[in-house]
Amino acid sequence: MITVERSAEKIMYDDAVKAFPDECCGFMYGHEDAAGNRMVTQALPINNAAVENRKRRFEIAPKDYMKGERHAVENDLELLGIYHSHPNHPAIPSEHDRVAAQPFFSYVIISTESDGVKNTRSWVLNSDSQFDEEVYANHLTNTNKI
Amino acid sequence: MATIIIPTPLRKFTNNTAKLQITGGTVESSIKELTTNFPDLKRHLLDESGHIRSFVNIFVGDEDIRDLQQEQTQVKEDTVVSIIPAIAGGN
Repeated sequence: MITVERSAEKIMYDDAVKAFPDECCGFMYGHEDAAGNRMVTQALPINNAAVENRKRRFEIAPKDYMKGERHAVENDLELLGIYHSHPNHPAIPSEHDRVAAQPFFSYVIISTESDGVKNTRSWVLNSDSQFDEEVYANHLTNTNKI
Repeated sequence: MATIIIPTPLRKFTNNTAKLQITGGTVESSIKELTTNFPDLKRHLLDESGHIRSFVNIFVGDEDIRDLQQEQTQVKEDTVVSIIPAIAGGN
């Protein structure tokens, strides 16, 4: 399960709405407990470095990734995953998402339309390199938005 | 000894260690040393032909080895090698 504090979720949603109709992307930081439950306390928007078709692609530049890892160390946080938006598409990972996905990370996908955020879901790569959905909740409502 | 920095998503394959010491030589020999010591890393770093996967970036200092001598880039005693996963996707 991944729980996102409302302050972090607001940053992610604002980023997704601002970027529309392009995709946004960013890092999620927080802590994981012994049972594997994740609490995201910080979100950090990152420039979408995709050269072409940012309406359907996102990319984080290697140097931004290095900064992202450094931010975790400097703030005693764990880099728990990546969020990105799917403008005018459901919050389901595509083959592009799966092929490039890393183990361990939570991949939170925010589905957006012209009038705002429609749905948010989170996915984690399993040992067979396929995505499994994890329960997504925000800290205040604890609502599973599946 | 040179230093190699393991990114967060791959640390579960290195006993949660973020920084490892390696003998050095070239990037190729450094990665080989790493995957010999931590075999579960291999499929995340190397493709079927044994080369570094296209979704993995290797930086020596602040430079991408694609702008240097690729896998033959030298790794000296004071070199810091960073493994950087390519983060990309889309609908």
